[in-house]
This record gives sequence, C-alpha cells and structure tokens, in this order.
Amino acid sequence: MSKLAYTDNFDIQAAFAKGKAFIGFLTAGDPNLEATARYIQTMAQAGADLIEIGIPFSDPVAEGEVIQRASERALAKGALTDAIFDMVAQVRETVTIPLVFMTYLNPVYVYGTDRFFKRCKALQIRGIIVPDLPYEEKEELETVAATYGVTVISLIAPTSEQRIGRIAKEAKGFIYCVSSLGVTGVRKNITTDIESLVGTIKKYTDIPVAIGFGIAEPEQAKAMAAVSDGAIVGSAIVKIIEAYGDKAETPLAEYVKSMKNAVSQA
Amino acid sequence: MTTKRKGRYGNHGGQYIPEILMNAVLEVEAAYEQYKKDPAFIAELEDLQVHYTGRPSLLYYAKHMSEDLGGAKIYLKREDLNHTGSHKINNVLGQVLLAQRMGKKRIIAETGAGQHGVAAATAAALLGMECEIFMGKEDTERQALNVYRMELLGAKVHPVTSGTMTLKDAVSETLREWTRRVDDTYYAMGSAVGPHPFPMIVRDFQSIISKETRAQILKAEGKLPSMVMACVGGGSNAIGMFHHFIPDEGVQLVGCEAAGLGIETKEHAATLAKGTPGIFHGMRSYFVQNEYGQIAPVYSISAGLDYPGIGPEHSYLHDTGRATYVPITDEEAVTAFEYLSRTEGIIPAIESAHAVAQAMKVAPTMGRDESIIICLSGRGDKDVAAMAKYRGREIHE
Repeated sequence: MSKLAYTDNFDIQAAFAKGKAFIGFLTAGDPNLEATARYIQTMAQAGADLIEIGIPFSDPVAEGEVIQRASERALAKGALTDAIFDMVAQVRETVTIPLVFMTYLNPVYVYGTDRFFKRCKALQIRGIIVPDLPYEEKEELETVAATYGVTVISLIAPTSEQRIGRIAKEAKGFIYCVSSLGVTGVRKNITTDIESLVGTIKKYTDIPVAIGFGIAEPEQAKAMAAVSDGAIVGSAIVKIIEAYGDKAETPLAEYVKSMKNAVSQA
Repeated sequence: MTTKRKGRYGNHGGQYIPEILMNAVLEVEAAYEQYKKDPAFIAELEDLQVHYTGRPSLLYYAKHMSEDLGGAKIYLKREDLNHTGSHKINNVLGQVLLAQRMGKKRIIAETGAGQHGVAAATAAALLGMECEIFMGKEDTERQALNVYRMELLGAKVHPVTSGTMTLKDAVSETLREWTRRVDDTYYAMGSAVGPHPFPMIVRDFQSIISKETRAQILKAEGKLPSMVMACVGGGSNAIGMFHHFIPDEGVQLVGCEAAGLGIETKEHAATLAKGTPGIFHGMRSYFVQNEYGQIAPVYSISAGLDYPGIGPEHSYLHDTGRATYVPITDEEAVTAFEYLSRTEGIIPAIESAHAVAQAMKVAPTMGRDESIIICLSGRGDKDVAAMAKYRGREIHE
C-alpha cells in the first residue's frame, strides 16, 4: 500500500495538468463490482484522466434512462456503499489517477456524512459530485467533506444565469458545466452556446471547467474540449457496459482511447 | 446543521434539486411572494373558489355514525363535494393562476390516484394552458377512469415505467421533464412535498380547509374540536386541515398513514411509523428507506397514499409532538369505506377512508361533549371497482 504515499497523482488538479482532460463515468456494480474494478483499470490505462465512480441510487432524478437502468442493475446485484468502498480500496492498489464519487445526497447522508468522507479520505478519493445539491444548500456537506480533504464539485447549467458568478467564485477542484437542459444521456446535437457559457464562468474563476451531458462521439468531445478544459462522458460508457456486460474491456478501452485522442487534439 | 434557513421546518425542508432547476424554483418563490399579497390575484382566486369549486365546503355532522359509535360527535369536512371531487382543486387553482401570472404556457404535474392530475387538467382547461401529467404505469391501470378524465380535459397523460411505476416515480419523472423544458413550463406540485417553496405554497392554498372548518365548528358547537384528523401520503389535505388549528393547543392533530398489509410487513407506506430522516425529491424529511439510503418500494391499496416520503412540515410536527401520526391498514380503510357508505350514504375516497377508520377507533373512547372532525378529502367513485375487487367481486368500470 506504499503507493498511497504519492498523493499528488490523486488530486483533481492532476487530471488537468497535462492538457485537456477526458473524464469518464461508470456505475459501480454494473454489471457487478468485480467487473467495475476491472473497468476502472481499463479506462485508466486507456488514457482517462479522471474517473467518476457512480454510487447507484434507487431514484436518480438527474439521470436519463441509460444510467437509471445501470443503477437498477447495480442495486439488484447488491452494490451497496460499503461494498463499493471495498472495491475502490482494491482498485487503488493499481490505479493512480484521480477518482471521484458521483452520487445523490441521500446515500451519503444516510450512511453518515462524517463516516462517508472518512472512508473517502482513506481511499484517496478527493472529490464528490452530487447532482441534487445546488449552491444554496452545499455548505453543510462541504464543511464535512473539507475536513477529510474531499472537494464538493460545483455544477453550472445553461439556466444558472445570474448565479454563475456566485457559484464559480466558491467552486473548487473543477467546475462541471452542464451542456444542455434535461437529464444525462447521449444527444445528437448540443445546441447551447457552450463557448459563451464557459467564457462567463472563466470571468470568475481560474479552476478548470469540464463539460458533460450528452457527449458520446469523438467529434463532440473534441468540440467541447476545444472551448473548455475537458469533456465528461457517462451514458455512452454505460451503454458499452450495458451491451457487453462482463466482457466490455476491449470495446471500453478502444472507446476511451478514441475519446482521449479526440480531446487531446482539441 | 443550520435550522433557520428559509423553507425549513425545524431541520426538514430545503431546496435539494439539480442546478438546472434552481433558478426556476427561485422564480416560483419570488412570484408567489409577490402575488400572495396582490389584491387582484387574491380576488381572482377567491372568485374561482366560490363560483368554480363551490366553496365553502360543508362541515357535515355525521349523526348516524356518531350515534352508532357512541362517544365523540363526528363531523366531516366535505372536500369531496368540491368540483373535481377532492381537495386537490384548492391547490391547483392557486398554482395554475400563479403560473399564468408568471407567463408560463404549460403545466406539468405528477399524480398518484389521479385526483391531482384531474384537478390540474381541469385548472389548465379553465385557464387555457397546456397540461401534461405523469402517472405511474401501475396507477394508470388502478385508476383507468381518471386517466380518461384527464384526457377528456385536454391533458396528455404519460405512463411512467421507471422504478416502482407509482407516485414516487411520477414525481421523479415530472422533475426530469421540468429539467428538459423549464422556460415556459410550471411544475404544479400536487402535495406538500418537494423543494421549497412548494411545501409552503401547497399548504397555503390548502389551508382554506382549516380556515373554514375552524369557523364552522365554532358556529356549530360553540367550541373547538378535541381532534381533527386527515389521511397522509405527501400530506396536502392533512396540512391544510391542520394549519389553522396548530396554534390551538387543545386540538389534537392526527395524521393517518397507509399501513397497507401492516407495518410489521414490508408492504406499507407508513413513513413516520417506519421511516428515517433522509433527503429526497428536493426536501429533507422522513423516508421509508434502507440503511444505505436507498428508497424502499412502498405499498398501499390507495394510490394516493402510496409514497415513501412525507411533507417536511409533517415531519416537523411529528418531531415536536404537535401532531400524532397513526398507521391504518388496507383492511381497516376498506371497512371504513364500506361503513361510511352505509351509515351516512357518503362514499369516501379510499385515501380519506384511512382517516374515517381512525375516527372509528377513537370516537367510542371519547366523551359525548367532545367532537372529532375528519377531513373527507375526496369522493370514492374512483375506488368502487377496486373495493369490489378487494372483496372478491370483479366489475368492469
């Protein structure tokens, strides 16, 4: 476990240190936790700069059908929070890129906020994304997370408007910029004026801005990374895992390589 | 933990929603604060309450039931006599009028039993707005007549196939739809749940129930009742029934939760009896869930009470002990449904029958000089086929 001493690699900033970042998401426990451990390694080896590990929630109100189904599959297989922590502990022996959790407030709150972030610290998890936690309510979670060196990632949406400045000024780690209205899921076209949205955010902060929601194709990732610091992909990865189940390594590795390559060219 | 922030009931409430919706919710809050003090808005709503809904609703002395049970006198607050057949119209007229003032074109809403969906579709038809209703697929089957009613009123009904396909999933799907199209769309929340300001807005519009009831009982009895009771799912008719009695410390407030097959089984929806604190659907409150914060599937014969959470103000009234919440099983509710039909010639909604059942339990233990008021939140026409089935008779609607 001596590898855990090199803490800098695990910081969120490390994901953006070598140029534009490719950030991948997968749902822990889909199709099972053993496969998730392998897929995290696959994605890291294929060039992902940061991986969001989704702790499944029974009622994910910000997710589209793809991630809803993945959450249902994972929970049906018994992917509960403690088992996910154990899986991450095992992954941490070989994976040295930054990892963050993505989950809803309730699984964290009911587990016990203090107990949850204590486990995060032990696992060198330095960030958490909580889609049902807006700026106005973040303080109580952020205070506890900070005690354990965990950053609560702020989200900014096309509808954030006059609240962008307030959110961006207090944001830490990176800003998760939501590309479009609606829930997570693959989109053919992203119609928001992302460049102008990112431009507004950058007026208030120096931390990296990565764009997520709807990105599936390399060209989209390249276009998004061109106007920001990175692209976040969730549903497209989860779809590959849904299609290939326990044997998704090869298509997953190919996909992540192509996306990382596209982002690097941005 | 801070407890003095806006939209809080003790530690419950709050605004836990995706960033995409935050400005929309703040906009509703600002508009409501403005219009609730606007004389023209108030006058228009009052006019609709009288001439469209048919308010004030009656406070009916249930003489036969009182004599049969012995003990306390029983009164029924007849929200079932409102236009559309339930208390839900009180809330939607207020909210759809607000949406219209805000310049919104389209109303979206969740529904469980279909009563809120019908009320929302009605208000949208009246006020000339588009309306789309999200309803769990299982509920569209349990309440097929209400689906057709909504369609008749010009609304589009979307059966929700995610999760448990009931009220909880209908709320989630309506929230998702709001994130897809938020600009011209108003989410008319049907119960006193969700992110602030919805629990407050719904309570305020439903509080007309207790405002009228308090004056009516003082006129009839010359004193306040010993007890008021109402069924509780999310808790909109109950909070409306409780609101103006909260300062009257001598009046016991009783909420009747759906115990389904019994709270010792897993087949219930008794949030305060069996739930724990959590954060879901925009609010901090009590939820039926497991030790990892996964929301549990719940069950009740009543589609309108089949929800794993409860409004934040009820959680607060429960914490402080100001209100008491009791579980009522399917069997008790069905028996009360039949009992009220026979003794008073009033067929209650199966939701409201949960409150009738509690009155049947406690009235005989109370004195003749005391009174109990039951909020009869809706009429039971929609439930007749399901009740026949429960008793082993198949009838085609």
